[in-house]
Amino acid sequence: MKKIAIFLFAALIGATAQAAEYKIDTKGAHAFIQFRIKHLGYSWLYGRFDEFSGSFEYDEKKPADSSINVEIDVASIDSNHAERDKHLRGEDFLHVEKYPTATFKSTSYEPVGEGKGKLSGELTLHGVTKPIVIDVEHVGGGQDPWGGYRQGFTGTTEFALKDFGIMYDLGPASQTVEMILDVEGIRI
Amino acid sequence: MAARNSKQQYGWMAIALHWLMAPAIIGMFALGWWMRQLSYYDPWYRQGPEIHKGIGILLLALLLLRLVWKAMNPHPQDVPGTPRWQALAARAAHGGLYLLLLAIMVSGYLISTADGRAISVFGWFEVPATLQGLANQEDLAGEIHEVLAWTLMGLVALHALAALKHHFVDRDATLRRMLGLRGNPAPVGRRNESGMNETAELTK
Repeated sequence: MKKIAIFLFAALIGATAQAAEYKIDTKGAHAFIQFRIKHLGYSWLYGRFDEFSGSFEYDEKKPADSSINVEIDVASIDSNHAERDKHLRGEDFLHVEKYPTATFKSTSYEPVGEGKGKLSGELTLHGVTKPIVIDVEHVGGGQDPWGGYRQGFTGTTEFALKDFGIMYDLGPASQTVEMILDVEGIRI
Repeated sequence: MAARNSKQQYGWMAIALHWLMAPAIIGMFALGWWMRQLSYYDPWYRQGPEIHKGIGILLLALLLLRLVWKAMNPHPQDVPGTPRWQALAARAAHGGLYLLLLAIMVSGYLISTADGRAISVFGWFEVPATLQGLANQEDLAGEIHEVLAWTLMGLVALHALAALKHHFVDRDATLRRMLGLRGNPAPVGRRNESGMNETAELTK
């Protein structure tokens, strides 16, 4: 009986180690969903989404099996200017009353070496779902000082606002927005 | 004309405050409605809101002055023969106008100062933020601002129609005394006699 228990325990440990699911550390704010868009073509404007949650699966030995799901509270947009944020939440842009949540669900991950890869998935934003590809880089991972185990990634992607039905004209230099994504996950 | 109100007449201070604020308030509604539809590259995209905020703060100062002045002065009596319900409705409407104005101005202020930024009044001076960083402050304040602004315009229309009714239908002194004029509207047509009579009665 004891042997079986040990075996099951070992199998369980093995299974979790293999699946290696990580919860994105939004509680400790070691994850950031940021964007930047050109202002008039003269400078970059930065903003971020403060409220989101998600988890990812990652196995260093089998990076191709990686996957991630993230849910974003769109109304948490913050560009450090209340009047602008109000405008961004309104019907001209994100229309958060109608589309309160944005999601990203990965469909595949293609490692390209040196800890880098291309993460494909479906982004749902402003009620529109479209495939996007995020260029991902593994930043680091390992034991943390408090008994946990962490992995962190950084990624970037770019898309046109009008692809997601956001038609407000910010000018020719501001048609696309860049996303700068950083996640640190704690193994669960 | 005296600055202060009497039991019969508004003083010039109350009249000036009324007619200074009335067009500004209606203009502010139109400006607020119009400026939200401007495209990003419109020359007024930045100017519109700057003017709206500047005038808004000045109107708030005028409103506070007006309320203090109102408290310090007698209210001219209703014209003779005013039914009680009408007198009460008029009081309620006036109170509603003041309350709505105050709420609209405060909510507008809370939109622009939600992130701690001050409101600049035409570069002359700045009004600092006080309440800030409440959850969804700019969005909530914005919705209140918009709904109350429309409500105000409804009440303004009622107020204006009531004044015109007093002037053209009842032919009493209600509108004239807010214009600083004495006596009833000049009588016209067949109604002359009754109008004359009323005037005559009033002056006794």
